[in-house]
Amino acid sequence: MTRIRFQQSLDQLKENLLVMAGLAEQAIQRAIEAYRVRDLSICDLVSRSEVAINRLERDIDQSALDLLAMEQPMAIDLRFILSVIKINADLERVGDSAKSISERVRNMEQMAAVPDLPVDIPRMATLSAEMVRKSLQSFIEADPELARAVLMMDDAVDTMNRAAYKALTKVMEEQGHIAPQALNALMICRALERVADHATNIAEDVIFWIEGSDVRHHKSMMAQKKAAEAAG
Amino acid sequence: MGVGIEVTNLNAWYGTNHTLQDINLNIPANHATALIGPSGCGKSTFVRCLNRMHETNPIARVTGTVRIGEIDIYNDAKPVEIRRRVGMVFQRPNPFPTMSIYDNVASGLKLNGFSNRRALDEIVERSLKNSALWDEVKEDLKSKSGASLSGGQQQRLCIARALAVDPEVLLMDEPASALDPVSTSKIEDLIFQLKSQYTIVIVTHNMQQAARVAEKTGFFLNGRMVEFDSTHKIFTNPSDKRTEDYITGRFG
Repeated sequence: MTRIRFQQSLDQLKENLLVMAGLAEQAIQRAIEAYRVRDLSICDLVSRSEVAINRLERDIDQSALDLLAMEQPMAIDLRFILSVIKINADLERVGDSAKSISERVRNMEQMAAVPDLPVDIPRMATLSAEMVRKSLQSFIEADPELARAVLMMDDAVDTMNRAAYKALTKVMEEQGHIAPQALNALMICRALERVADHATNIAEDVIFWIEGSDVRHHKSMMAQKKAAEAAG
Repeated sequence: MGVGIEVTNLNAWYGTNHTLQDINLNIPANHATALIGPSGCGKSTFVRCLNRMHETNPIARVTGTVRIGEIDIYNDAKPVEIRRRVGMVFQRPNPFPTMSIYDNVASGLKLNGFSNRRALDEIVERSLKNSALWDEVKEDLKSKSGASLSGGQQQRLCIARALAVDPEVLLMDEPASALDPVSTSKIEDLIFQLKSQYTIVIVTHNMQQAARVAEKTGFFLNGRMVEFDSTHKIFTNPSDKRTEDYITGRFG
């Protein structure tokens, strides 16, 4: 084994990304919990974690840049560093989504309580958080099959988000007095759908790192191909 | 124009040392092909088999077939004819030190009995232009010796000398490893330009250089060709674990 220092630097980069992953995952879980129990002190924790996430994002990017410039990595090492840079950005945005959800929770707390809105946010939140957890697990274990399982979950979240949009816009049209609450719920759904998208991106990056194959936009390309075939 | 090279079951020995084992590959015409691998892996021996230089060593032996264009170089032509069609540039520039710049470039043609003065002038100028050296030496063609040039200029002079005899293939054995970064960059730019006219095979230890100049790359290890593929594939996602271990610096 040569390039021992380089290998140590890659290990350190992975370790730092796992710290980042831990913070982002914790932030989204806290935001969901804040929604569930309507606890503003948890919202404060989410806001505070954003500072740490942002700082770590910069540190990881700098370390990755240094390795690219100084070590000129190839093949799996190059793919690993590129994947780290992209996963790092997705994790930072998961943190942003967590903050966005906690701000909506704060906003909801200032309004009158509303009987059940026609949307199952806890279920959507559970699914999105599960996607984040599994995508990070696939990174830790370098497991492309687990990453593929995450890709399969994204459709369910998208479907729930579309259903929430339809149901909540109807509420806003028909029950104007609770439109602000419905809007908050809609924006939480949107944030959760974005979290699921970031988990999908992370899973795609894990597949790229391990296998070297680019699976991004695979579904939409397949759909286009099918449509073209159907059109003759 | 360059021609393709087809290598079939090539084996080479130095005495009892079996330095190349069952090499099969097709090198495309008018492309740059890089050969990489650790020291002693056989890549230089391989290029020396492509112009029959390997057999100049009395203890060396070659079996198998090498076709350059339509010609089977071990059966259809004499070594001198092959070396005219297949030019070679070495690691250290080796201009003839007592000859002028002009005579260095013209030497191959003169050796073959070419004596038309005007045509010779044109070929020397064209060769020096093709090797990106003309502008730097055009005032001193006959007044300065090849040895008076810088290392990078000497290497481009050697390339001009190789081009002057109108080869189809240009073999380069670590052509920039003795040069500074600026001269290296000029040689790489030159390879990039020349490959539209010649088939280029370059041996290099510098993997970034291989990645920059070549469309195809072959990885040699212990006398065998482990992997031959597009340069993009070799450096981003090689198929063989040994290639990956080498290019990521895990051995070699």
